[in-house]
Amino acid sequence: MQHNSNDEHHSNSAATNGEQNGSSLQLTDEEFDRYSRQMIVPGMGKDAQLRLINSKVLIIGAGGLGCPAAQYIAGAGIGTIGIIDGDVVEPSNLHRQVGHATSRIGMKKVDSLITHLRDLNPLPTYVPYTYPISHENAADIITLYDLVLDCTDNPATRYLISDVCVLLCKPLVSAASVQKSGQLIVLNCPPTPQGKMDRKYPPCYRCCFRKPPPANTQLSCGEAGIMGPVVGLMGVAQAGEAIKILASALHLPQSSSDTTTEDDPHNLIQPTLLIYSYDLNAAPGPYTFRALKMASRKKNCFACGENSPQTLTLEGIKSGNPNYIQFCGLQTRKATLPAQDRITASAYHAARESGQLQNHILLDTREKEHFSFGSIDGAVNVPFGKLLMKAATIKRDGGDAQEILPLKSAEDPIFVVCRRGLDSQEAVEKLKELGVDHGGKRKIVDIIGGMRAWKDEVDPSFPFI
Amino acid sequence: MAPEPETMPISVDFLGGLDTLFSNKTSHTISLPLLNPSDSSPANVGFLISYLVKHHLKHPRTEFFVQDDGHLTPGILVLINEADWELEGEEECELKAGDKVVFVSTMHGG
Repeated sequence: MQHNSNDEHHSNSAATNGEQNGSSLQLTDEEFDRYSRQMIVPGMGKDAQLRLINSKVLIIGAGGLGCPAAQYIAGAGIGTIGIIDGDVVEPSNLHRQVGHATSRIGMKKVDSLITHLRDLNPLPTYVPYTYPISHENAADIITLYDLVLDCTDNPATRYLISDVCVLLCKPLVSAASVQKSGQLIVLNCPPTPQGKMDRKYPPCYRCCFRKPPPANTQLSCGEAGIMGPVVGLMGVAQAGEAIKILASALHLPQSSSDTTTEDDPHNLIQPTLLIYSYDLNAAPGPYTFRALKMASRKKNCFACGENSPQTLTLEGIKSGNPNYIQFCGLQTRKATLPAQDRITASAYHAARESGQLQNHILLDTREKEHFSFGSIDGAVNVPFGKLLMKAATIKRDGGDAQEILPLKSAEDPIFVVCRRGLDSQEAVEKLKELGVDHGGKRKIVDIIGGMRAWKDEVDPSFPFI
Repeated sequence: MAPEPETMPISVDFLGGLDTLFSNKTSHTISLPLLNPSDSSPANVGFLISYLVKHHLKHPRTEFFVQDDGHLTPGILVLINEADWELEGEEECELKAGDKVVFVSTMHGG
């Protein structure tokens, strides 16, 4: 093997192999050493590695999926890696977002992750986008890449990314995770022009997930929690799919022999939705990984189906059509209680301190895991789900509201607090429905903004989680 | 006493967090009546959904599974014997003994 230095490499390789369109056709010594263990895997080899080196991958989201995915994308030697995210590193990210570090708290996530990746592998070109992806910038960025990883955390962005990938003919590796579950699917691969239906083609995100769930049933990692290894596994699997697609050129239109049959030898036309279910109470079992076969491109799909060129265009997306925020119903949240049924955290605290609230009940409806880290003195914990369940049982079968919480006198006011002040309002309504307010004799009051407000207004040392 | 309605075993799985609505159990075997008692029509997926809500959905947050109109909450995928239910006629798809139905909640976190 040649012993040329990096500086000599370009002229050398150009002389022996030539460079076309900026694509290298030869490995440098450094690349040869660095990628040797993956290049000797059966099915890989020099051509596959060169395809990786000449590829451009966009990672959207530098969080729980994006960090582990980026590590393996960078490690494998993908030549150009774009990363887009507008957030900054917070301490609560670090149990799962392994591309960041305690010393980089407060830094833009994209800059933090690229710092980590450069140390791992200095050879790729890293392109930082330190702002969120939006309907205005999505197409201009995605068009620069060969393949996209969706590592985002909300449905509106997921539909936007998929739509733009359809219109720009980019394969999309999509993953998501919350609490103890994860999912993974390869979409739009090989990419097929919008509207083509003459045979079976791969689906897009909308083909698989036609409508988003209602806003009030969506759980985010911040609210519902997330186990680090669960989201990590999904992110690593995304990198694995991206690397194999690029190394084996699965994203390029297949040879003519494939187009004449309905065969799906690569599992791309009817892709598998991989579901990972993690159980805190049991070792892996037969249901830990489920592989669900999805349908191919749907004729009636809004983004890629028969009439989609009339419904979805890049110009439309840029000018705000469709409206992704509205489509995903992000603005809808339940109506708030009237002002007389609510009190601020600081006013509640002042009333307690002044002795006006000698006999009152403080009901905390957070989950018991949250409650276990701390609560206001004297609080009674009835988790919201349990409260609703008991309320429903009493309503249906009869019974006493005492089954929900001890109610000594019929007049002691009840104050309800939750994490951020939404469940507590619904709890107030439920208790009134059960007649706990004795036709208004007992006051039932919501503490506005929940324990978050308590920490902000009253007790900065409170361990809010 | 009216005779017990004839039933058939249906395997039902809840994934993506939906198990928390159904006694925290992923895999269930349901004894589903052969006929929908409301109109004596053969049991289909729509009937299975209402049967699950009535007999197995123990959690008060029913809106995570069905909407007020009794239809499945958007964002839940249904696979009938491994195939997307849109190919099988969705709620109209008739069930037979031993069929496998999987409900998967779409996740968005990351």
